[in-house]
Amino acid sequence: MKHTIEEIQKLATDIRKDVIRMVSHAGSGHVAGALGMADIFAALYSEIVHHDPKNPLWEDRDRVVVSNGHICPVLYATLAHAGYFPQSELMTFREFGSRLQGHPFRTSLPGIETTSGPLGCGIAQAIGMALAAKLDNKKYDIWCIASDGEMDEGNTWEALMCAAKYGLNNLTVIVDRNNIQIDGFTESVMPLEPLKEKYEAFGWYVLEIDGHNIAAIIDACAMARSIYEKPVIIIAHTIPGKGVDFMEFDPEWHGKSPDLQETEHALKELRTLKGTIEEM
Amino acid sequence: MLNTLLYLNQNLFTQQLERSSMRAGFGSALLELGNTHPNVVVLTADLRASVQCDAFRNAFPNRFFDVGVAEQDLVTIASGMAVSGKVPFCVSYAVFSPGRNWEQIRTTVAYNNVNVNIVGSHAGLMTGPDGATHQMTEDIALMRAMPNMDVVTPCDAIEASKATRAIADVNHPAYLRLARPDVAIITTQDTPFSIGVIQAFWVHDNPQATVCACGDMVYYALRAAYELEQQGIWVEVLNISTIKPLDTKTLLTYVKKTNRVVTVEDHQKAGGMGSAVAEFLCENYPVPMILIGVDDAFGESGQPEQLLEKYGLGVHHIKQAVEHIIKIKQPV
Repeated sequence: MKHTIEEIQKLATDIRKDVIRMVSHAGSGHVAGALGMADIFAALYSEIVHHDPKNPLWEDRDRVVVSNGHICPVLYATLAHAGYFPQSELMTFREFGSRLQGHPFRTSLPGIETTSGPLGCGIAQAIGMALAAKLDNKKYDIWCIASDGEMDEGNTWEALMCAAKYGLNNLTVIVDRNNIQIDGFTESVMPLEPLKEKYEAFGWYVLEIDGHNIAAIIDACAMARSIYEKPVIIIAHTIPGKGVDFMEFDPEWHGKSPDLQETEHALKELRTLKGTIEEM
Repeated sequence: MLNTLLYLNQNLFTQQLERSSMRAGFGSALLELGNTHPNVVVLTADLRASVQCDAFRNAFPNRFFDVGVAEQDLVTIASGMAVSGKVPFCVSYAVFSPGRNWEQIRTTVAYNNVNVNIVGSHAGLMTGPDGATHQMTEDIALMRAMPNMDVVTPCDAIEASKATRAIADVNHPAYLRLARPDVAIITTQDTPFSIGVIQAFWVHDNPQATVCACGDMVYYALRAAYELEQQGIWVEVLNISTIKPLDTKTLLTYVKKTNRVVTVEDHQKAGGMGSAVAEFLCENYPVPMILIGVDDAFGESGQPEQLLEKYGLGVHHIKQAVEHIIKIKQPV
């Protein structure tokens, strides 16, 4: 490994702080999903994805598609920490003239592979990339991040059927199973379970992990690379709002920005790992 | 008279008039593109044979993808291919694509600004017996409202073939609108074609009105012009083969000769080609206009000519519109 587990955990915490600052500063945006996915993004860009921040269009790079584009604060913060653009630019998120659009826009920022946000489109776009890679005999992999809420979309299931048809073993989808969506808990808005069985019935190889366990994330992604016969879905169970007590598991924080007091409180929790360590 | 500079079909007003489907022209061009453009790939949503993709599929099976009856998947997969350097053609019926998958096209194709070509067949009332569910009369409006998107409406099979090849080389999204039935062959292989160029198919030195037509209605506009000439009424007929970007320079040149415009399209009056022409003229050179198109109605089953007659798109409707507009007094 290029980094220790502790280093990646530290990076994830730094990313979470940036997420809080960005959404708070912008006055709008989506915190819960972004905080919940920080460990996965930190692990992906540190250990898993083949990429080169100094050469974002490197032909043989792995492609990362963030289907649930609303969690882009975590993507932007991760890309900035990886060196794609200055971290100082993070505070322009959602501002007029910023490269950090409210939802990811392909040509606006290095490291953004495609435009996303409207739910349900990302897995199919990742399939298109995977098919193109196969046509060109390229060895790179496609990683698609998707939310559980967008499993409500028909486009998602059209895509899931298609990936199995073409045996896309160069494609891995990581589903953020955080159980919340805008209107509440997924199982009350539109029940998704049994999700694992559904994916398997659609022809996918399914792994299930704790989405906050760095070792488990790296392990599952390595496993996904080595599965040859099927496309792979990793169901990553995550805690929405992870790291900030008052945001965790509360659907209200799906698309809300914290006020100044809440921001201070949230940053303090992240600095002290919820009060378990002393303030520096 | 027919514009002699454009090498149009000399049999147009004779018993020997040939007919062919735009889909056939599209299919032959796809096959050519397969040979000349290694990056061209073809995707369809279970309409491979109907929209003439078989020749391409047989020649290039690895570059052909049938995604099943899933139009949202059709264009979003194409988007992913296009950002990876492919030039996808997404083939379906217009009512499903761009009808059903409009937002996917907007976000992942148009806003992404990638070279995905959306091919919608069965556009307009001319779709005939399938009825209103399959007669797409809102697609021009849907697609021309979308930034980055070209909208191309060939008038016959030969022009459909040329348009297909041309949109592959335009490095941004395009919508190609095709009709279902065999339609009159108006152009020849020698007729020039470019995206974004309006051509006058019927010309006169001293015309009284300018008729703008697109798609399958170009033939009916030419027939109207032919019959009007025998009555001593002279018009010019413009083939608006590209609705977006609109060739406003050529349009203005011709409109300034007559100061009277009739537009004819197999599409809703709202938001179609006539609206595009009106939008430009009302801001730059306001003149009296009559828009011929479907007037806020759904079609029904029937033969194309029966439907054109009922919904006011027939040759005599075009003639009436011209006869009416040339009587309008111009403000001095």
